Amino acid sequence: MRQVLARAIGGVAIIGLIAGAAACNKSSDTGGDTASGSNCGYKLAFFGALTGSAANLGVNIEQGFELAVDQYNQKKGSTCIEVAKFDSQGEASVAPGVARNLVADKKIIGIVGPPFSGESEAADPIFESAGIPTITPSATRTSLSTKGWKTFHRAVANDDSQGPAAAAYIKDNMKATKVFVADDQSAYGAGLADVVKQKLGPLVVGSDKTEGDGKQTDFSALVQKVNSSGATALFYGGYYTNGGIIRKQLTAAGWKGTLLGGDGMKDPGLSKASGNAAAIGTVVTCPCSPPEQAGGTFNNDYKTKWGVAAGTYSDVAFDAANVFLQGIDAGNTTPDKLNTFLSTVNYKGIANTYKFTPAGELDPTLIKVWAFKFDESGDTKADVEIKTSA
Amino acid sequence: MNFSGLINDFGPLTVTGLAQGAIIALFALGYTLVYGVLRLINFAHSEVFMIGTFACLIVWGWFGLDQNSAVPSFGGMLVYMVIGLVVAIIASGLTALFVELVAYRPLRQRNAPPLAFLITAIGASLAISEIVGVATHRNQRGVPPVISARTVITIGDTHITNLQILIVVLALVMMFALDRFINGTRLGRGIRAVAQNPDSAALMGVNKSRVISLVFLLGGLMAGIAAVMYDLKIGVTRYDAGFMLGIDAFTAAVLGGIGNLRGALLGGFLLGVLQNYAAGLFGSEWLHAAAFVLLILILLFRPTGLLGESLGRARA
Repeated sequence: MRQVLARAIGGVAIIGLIAGAAACNKSSDTGGDTASGSNCGYKLAFFGALTGSAANLGVNIEQGFELAVDQYNQKKGSTCIEVAKFDSQGEASVAPGVARNLVADKKIIGIVGPPFSGESEAADPIFESAGIPTITPSATRTSLSTKGWKTFHRAVANDDSQGPAAAAYIKDNMKATKVFVADDQSAYGAGLADVVKQKLGPLVVGSDKTEGDGKQTDFSALVQKVNSSGATALFYGGYYTNGGIIRKQLTAAGWKGTLLGGDGMKDPGLSKASGNAAAIGTVVTCPCSPPEQAGGTFNNDYKTKWGVAAGTYSDVAFDAANVFLQGIDAGNTTPDKLNTFLSTVNYKGIANTYKFTPAGELDPTLIKVWAFKFDESGDTKADVEIKTSA
Repeated sequence: MNFSGLINDFGPLTVTGLAQGAIIALFALGYTLVYGVLRLINFAHSEVFMIGTFACLIVWGWFGLDQNSAVPSFGGMLVYMVIGLVVAIIASGLTALFVELVAYRPLRQRNAPPLAFLITAIGASLAISEIVGVATHRNQRGVPPVISARTVITIGDTHITNLQILIVVLALVMMFALDRFINGTRLGRGIRAVAQNPDSAALMGVNKSRVISLVFLLGGLMAGIAAVMYDLKIGVTRYDAGFMLGIDAFTAAVLGGIGNLRGALLGGFLLGVLQNYAAGLFGSEWLHAAAFVLLILILLFRPTGLLGESLGRARA
């Protein structure tokens, strides 16, 4: 009986494999036939979360990317470049398998993604060994550019840019003279808080550390320290989960100052915990431009095609795709040539101008960091672009 | 080390520590009651508490309250408080009974070894927590401002709010009532009898199963009150709200002498205050470490805890 069962399961698995392989072949065979004109018949891929809890950001990026390719094809009058979508679910554990499927398709010569740092660490080595250039519109972990990957490119500023920007905002925009700095002891939060502390120097009147998300909910000691330090601003290096509780307990204890944080706190989850009223005025920095700032007809085109307004990083993804398309148009139709093209590119897009350092980072003069503020709706609105005096 | 900071903030740190300690103490009663009677650490007690924090949120939600609501009038405040407490008590009490019936009673009837109880306790705890985690998408929920914290007493730099007074007084009152119940009523005598010697108690006509259910129910009731106080003080809850606080509460129970009701109260207040002092002196990252090092030190010298005597056993 057991043998029969094993055979049955094995048989089903084999059929599944064959069907899967056939499906793959089918998808990679099209495209070439419909393409016409020079430098056509290739594919650009999106790699990132299309389903799962992190899908919002992934879909923003994919739609921006697909819009750029569509517009290019319309201009060419044919399906010159095809879009291939690979759903990583945003999970570092899922990403490698999906990445191997991607590199098996030899028509793919460029990738927009992966959106998150964790999945980037898992999938980028596979793209590197296949030699396919990637441009991530949103993965900001600093260490990604220090792994020696030649195919890695980042179209936004990394985490290192946020600390100086937050400090500049506190000093120049808020003109605060007494600042309290705290963090959640995570690599992201502590790194951010340390830079802010260092840049603000004598303006820092006190500092503290909390436990990470879910490990501490009573912040009365921190609240007391902030209150008695006389600080008018609290910079918290951490995520929105703790940020929301801290904001609520600060308000309950009668503190009237401003809470600031990095993009880890740029989430409506913060105001869901604290209540919208308490969250008003909370400032978060983000190495992203507000989508409504994008130039050209992008916002209208996006709305027309997808029926929703462009989201965070949609514009950067649109630009990233256009960088690739410009390279392909110039005859760089192999992954190698396209990667070489990226090292010399100087492309002015709708969100920014793109020029990469040898490590694949955005040229330091092009980095943009914006401050966002929570408003009465419980969400963030763009405040100002932060000018960092280097 | 920041001695001047600790001295400057001594008053406020004490007050906020006592409020947190009161919640820990109410929570700890559940561990101590069950341990006193069954010699069992009911790890699922942290989920009994967590269910309470959600139950009163849900009921307040039915009245249209959410984290963005305005603070209600005094009358409304009173009504919502009573409703929240009643619902949380019922929800936590029922959860505790449910855990007893499903996870422990069948094992007891089969004379399972203590290890089996330990594993089912941890299993029940994880199962309930994860189910709620999935149901709430692991998001944290903001608590409506049912009570507005207002300073009512000021001593120097120390401001004491109405909420802090409410929490501490409620803990003391509940503690006193529970103590009277255990030591002064017929049912309480039954609990003490089973705690002392289950077999003799059974021979004397005490219904052991009923006593055990009663003990779980009482622990659940106290956890329900702690849950409402937690909601109001912390301002958010989520599926793992009971986890860290549960460790604190268990520690408080051991610190005071597990099985000892008054010890749980003392342990709770001590732990709450000590954690705040440690946070003031060394920084908040040392909050847990300092408190637990102290726990080890106290247990080295008083292995049975500060008041170290068991429910019933000593006061026979």
